[in-house]
Amino acid sequence: MRVALFITCLADGLYPDVAKATVGLLERLGHEVEVPLQQSCCGQMHINTGYPREAVPLIRNHVDAFAGYDAIVAPSASCTASIRHQHGEVASSIGDASLIASTAEIAARTYELSEFLTDVLEVTDVGAYYPHRVTYHPTCHSLRLLRVGDRPLQLLRQVRGIDLVELPDAESCCGFGGTFALKNPDVSTAMLADKMQNVLQTRAEVCAAGDSSCLMHIGGGLSRLKVGVRTVHLAEILAST
Amino acid sequence: MTFLGMPAASLTGGNLDGEQPFPEAARLSVGNAQLRRNLGAATHTIRGKRAAVVSELPDWQELRAAGAAIKDDVLANLERYLLQLEQQVTARGGTVHWARDAQEANRIVTDLVKATGASEVVKVKSMATQEIGLNEALEQAGIEAFETDLAELIVQLGHDKPSHILVPAIHRNRSEIREIFLREMPDVDPALTDVPAALAEAARGHLRRKFLTAEVAISGANFAVAETGTLAVVESEGNGRMCLTLPKTLITVMGIEKLVPTWRDLEVFLQLLPRSSTGERMNPYTSMWTGAVEGQQFHLVLLDNGRTATLADPQGRSALRCIRCSACLNVCPVYERAGGHAYGSVYPGPIGAVLSPQLTGVDRNPSLPYASTLCGACYDVCPVAIDIPSMLVHLRARVVDDKREQHRLPSPEQAAMAAASWTMRDSRRWTRALRAVRLSKPLRGWRLLPPPLSSWISSRDLPAAPAQSFRDWWTEREKSRDE
Ligand code: SF4
Repeated sequence: MRVALFITCLADGLYPDVAKATVGLLERLGHEVEVPLQQSCCGQMHINTGYPREAVPLIRNHVDAFAGYDAIVAPSASCTASIRHQHGEVASSIGDASLIASTAEIAARTYELSEFLTDVLEVTDVGAYYPHRVTYHPTCHSLRLLRVGDRPLQLLRQVRGIDLVELPDAESCCGFGGTFALKNPDVSTAMLADKMQNVLQTRAEVCAAGDSSCLMHIGGGLSRLKVGVRTVHLAEILAST
Repeated sequence: MTFLGMPAASLTGGNLDGEQPFPEAARLSVGNAQLRRNLGAATHTIRGKRAAVVSELPDWQELRAAGAAIKDDVLANLERYLLQLEQQVTARGGTVHWARDAQEANRIVTDLVKATGASEVVKVKSMATQEIGLNEALEQAGIEAFETDLAELIVQLGHDKPSHILVPAIHRNRSEIREIFLREMPDVDPALTDVPAALAEAARGHLRRKFLTAEVAISGANFAVAETGTLAVVESEGNGRMCLTLPKTLITVMGIEKLVPTWRDLEVFLQLLPRSSTGERMNPYTSMWTGAVEGQQFHLVLLDNGRTATLADPQGRSALRCIRCSACLNVCPVYERAGGHAYGSVYPGPIGAVLSPQLTGVDRNPSLPYASTLCGACYDVCPVAIDIPSMLVHLRARVVDDKREQHRLPSPEQAAMAAASWTMRDSRRWTRALRAVRLSKPLRGWRLLPPPLSSWISSRDLPAAPAQSFRDWWTEREKSRDE
């Protein structure tokens, strides 16, 4: 099986440790990972802000970069969902038959990390050790677009040393929403405040999630409060030994 | 009938947009602690009730699919069903009127009331009449309208605007309602308490005289059956039924999308609606009427007001499936914080964010499609499976296209998006851009940034820039492996 990593633009530029952890984890499980460097960004931000036209060249680049792999793994539910649900729609909207075909092909082989581990590799115990009190925030796109269900929790429950605590009102959105955080800063901050309050209630030292974007938002808020709670990506916990 | 190529909505009158863009209006409501408490408590309660009664039905997903399919059939064959409805209503003694927009609908209703000689009307809770601003139009014609739904009465007496589709006074709590009643009801007991039963009793006393004396009633409709010409109103209080039966003249204003083809189709919707809206298995009152009974007059005003323009957009038209249950409002994290008034339209929340801009044209409501994090909670609960998040994304593209057409110079946002697209479509440019991020090392310490980035650091710290991008790390690793 030829496995490729879709780094995601955010992890590439701001959270390289998340991508390194993903590679480390998959290698530890005995899989060679390739990283086609032609990749950049899935174009989700463009599509969701109203610029599908500007996303087209990014989508073309993406399908070119990942042609020929058996599986493409991304440490992001949001980007995976965009590839799975939006790329085809944008391709259809411009009526490009070959792009419609190639986006469908790539979409069918793209997996969010927890999906890839539990569904394709069929492992839940990845041999991780993480001696910290952790609460898990299920991101909206993992829950409602990918329907990953409790896959991430199945993985986390097998981690040695972890003290996993349930997050109250976990399924509520954290308020990030891409450019929503900039266009509607007041509502975004109000949603973040409630999410942080729930995180703090758990007395966890770490808030984990499968999307660096939501974690950047929650982590940025927690850092501002100086409450000593960190955000950590699911991949980093699973990679840790 | 094909609607493609029809002109975009150009409406006269109506309550479908506000004075302020959503982010500005929301800033005020987010800062209102009382409102946040009222809304948080109310939406969470209804949310829980809905979830409980929906989980009881093993065939909920099939019901949803059936509801969506019936509405899609209506929308695809709207002209045929509307003409059938008109024929049936007319054959049973009713009169059908067609209104292109709010102004026309208001004129028709005002003329009908004037013709009866009445100077007062009682009203059944109705979104269509709120949409067109009927009460204001009647007032201008010297006709007083009395809202009989309890929550609608609270809004009217408080000189306020509805903030929720089902519970228009959801932004008020009991003590605020008590104050409004004490201030605005001339015959109220000054010892009124804020116990819900006492408040309801006060409203009942206030309204009873109106029911007995009113000559004209005005309603909306939840459904109209094309096959039989039957109209249906679904409610909890029974005040609607009093209005529908007692007065001599009944005028019903209904959006043209409220149709179902056959009587049997109601079976689906009478299960979907109460469970989704009030979280009840069945609503207490379902009133149905067909044409006019002897000695009574019945007028049906069919309202377009931007609906055929909405129908013209294949990716937006399913917003017309909406049965106004308000489940999407109750689960929406943005609605919960911003409240209904921030949306500026009588249709707030997720459905408002996709419906209002389509009814008015996106140029009149450009901020609403962005009033969402695209979290998807609305789509999950919608009883007619409207994919609101995807529709929001589609409408954002329409907003951007509309702005492109209006301005010759690109906005800063357009320029930024174009630049990002140019950089990211080519991996060499992208690699260089990532190195530039690294050079701007102190990222996290930044406290001064131009808008819109300034709104990020108003409540959140920036992440620390890493020493090296992932791709540079990877390239180095590959090299050292080869050596
Ligand atoms: S969009 Fe769906 S959930 Fe929202 S009010 Fe309409 S029918 Fe109900």
